[in-house]
Amino acid sequence: MLCDVCGKNPATVHLTEIIDDQMTELHLCEECAKQKSMQMEQQFGLADLLAGLAEFEKPIEEKETLLLKCPNCKLTYKDFKKIGRLGCSECYEAFRKYLSPLLKRIHGSTAHAGKMPVKIAKTAKKRLDLQELRVKLQKAIEAEQFEEAAKIRDQIKAQEKTQVPPQPEEEKHDEPQ
Amino acid sequence: MNLNDLLNHRSEWLKGTGPHSDIVISSRIRLARNLASAPFPHWSNKKQGRDVLDAIEQAVGKINYLKGTTIFELADLDSLDKQFLVERHLMSYGHAHKTNSKAVVIDNEEIVSLMVNEEDHIRLQVMQSGFNLFEAWNIINRIDDCLAKELSFAFSLDYGYLTACPTNTGTGMRGSVMLHLPALVIIGQIKQVLNAISKLSFTTRGLYGEGTEATGNFFQVSNQVSLGHSETEIIENINGLIRQIIEQENQARETLMSKNKSVVEDKISRSFGILKNAHIISSQETTELLSMVRLGISLGLIKEIDSSSVNELFIITQPAHLQKLENKKLSSQERDVKRAEIIRDKLNKQ
Repeated sequence: MLCDVCGKNPATVHLTEIIDDQMTELHLCEECAKQKSMQMEQQFGLADLLAGLAEFEKPIEEKETLLLKCPNCKLTYKDFKKIGRLGCSECYEAFRKYLSPLLKRIHGSTAHAGKMPVKIAKTAKKRLDLQELRVKLQKAIEAEQFEEAAKIRDQIKAQEKTQVPPQPEEEKHDEPQ
Repeated sequence: MNLNDLLNHRSEWLKGTGPHSDIVISSRIRLARNLASAPFPHWSNKKQGRDVLDAIEQAVGKINYLKGTTIFELADLDSLDKQFLVERHLMSYGHAHKTNSKAVVIDNEEIVSLMVNEEDHIRLQVMQSGFNLFEAWNIINRIDDCLAKELSFAFSLDYGYLTACPTNTGTGMRGSVMLHLPALVIIGQIKQVLNAISKLSFTTRGLYGEGTEATGNFFQVSNQVSLGHSETEIIENINGLIRQIIEQENQARETLMSKNKSVVEDKISRSFGILKNAHIISSQETTELLSMVRLGISLGLIKEIDSSSVNELFIITQPAHLQKLENKKLSSQERDVKRAEIIRDKLNKQ
């Protein structure tokens, strides 16, 4: 059998690819196989390695972890490991403990720095201001600037009163279920 | 709009205009968005999938920016139509399979496309000709804002936009630039360039995105990281990298012309000659030869034809396009004959 790619050398490497239930077979010579494997390394994106990556994070708590289930869509952590995809947006909260290190591994960060949906942006800004004030308060106390601290505390109180109750999807991320 | 209307239309991204269009074919931005709490497409049942599709179709109908678009539900399209859309880069290869509750929304100029129920509920993409990521971003950002007013997107303050695959979490954004790098391939420097790109956590892919091979010296470069940086930071990073690759390709072209001029001229002219005269030609050979002709145009060696027509030939010589043009199913051998005919016609007419 000759190589499917160059058609010159005998095929010594046999490759089976299954994409969406469609199987294709490729018979390659050594030279073309080398090239193909280099391409595959490049294309073998993180998505495909996800399940494997996640496993590295917590090798021990096996059983308990695998049985962990998203209360909204019923996807288990075991399912996630198998298919490399989450079941719904609430899985992020259900598997937070394991997803955070995974996200860190993939992106080098777990803190979103991009845009927000317009509806959420408004409430988020208020919360951010509040967070900033709390940090300021802490610093003022540490520096023993109690007068300043008292001012900031009043600002926080005033802000908390006007605070629009956060949307449910945001709230969940502050309170572990 | 009828799908067949697109046959005689030159997509915006093929126009061969825009900055650095001799090396950069097109710039594309895509955003992944999901509806809060609804199961992601791979995990949803028929009804849930349908509900998502209905909600998105309704939202699309309300948005001014998307007034000139047409919604195609994939269940209504035959396999040729679907392949046709993939060939035009209006939807992904994966979207054409298992078509339950899937749709694609396309605008007349083929700048905007929105896939419903692909890997995520929404995959919105904007394409521009040439090196133009920021322009693509400006357009897509506005459409995204409009969609966000109509729909409740899955979003977390710390993780950003929540996607089916954690590799897209955060901005949900992928910026891709399609490059034509024949000189770097010819002088054998492409491997070093590709290695450098992957070390900088960018990926390279072939002409048709994920899982496709690089043929015809075309490479698609995109960001891999989507969390922890803002959209504009990510675009600036890609732009910085692309500028360097353009610089290297230009240097490689200069080297070729100063040291191997006759070899290059020979290769280009032979490619042009075969394309103008062949009566049977495969898709792969076409891509490779057109790639050389495209280089010839950039180097000023071929003047009878412009790069926009060559760009278009890459697309209309694909299997589904040939069959749509001929308006019947063609075997692979019949396609090779039809392909050669179309190419001869285009190149000899100029």
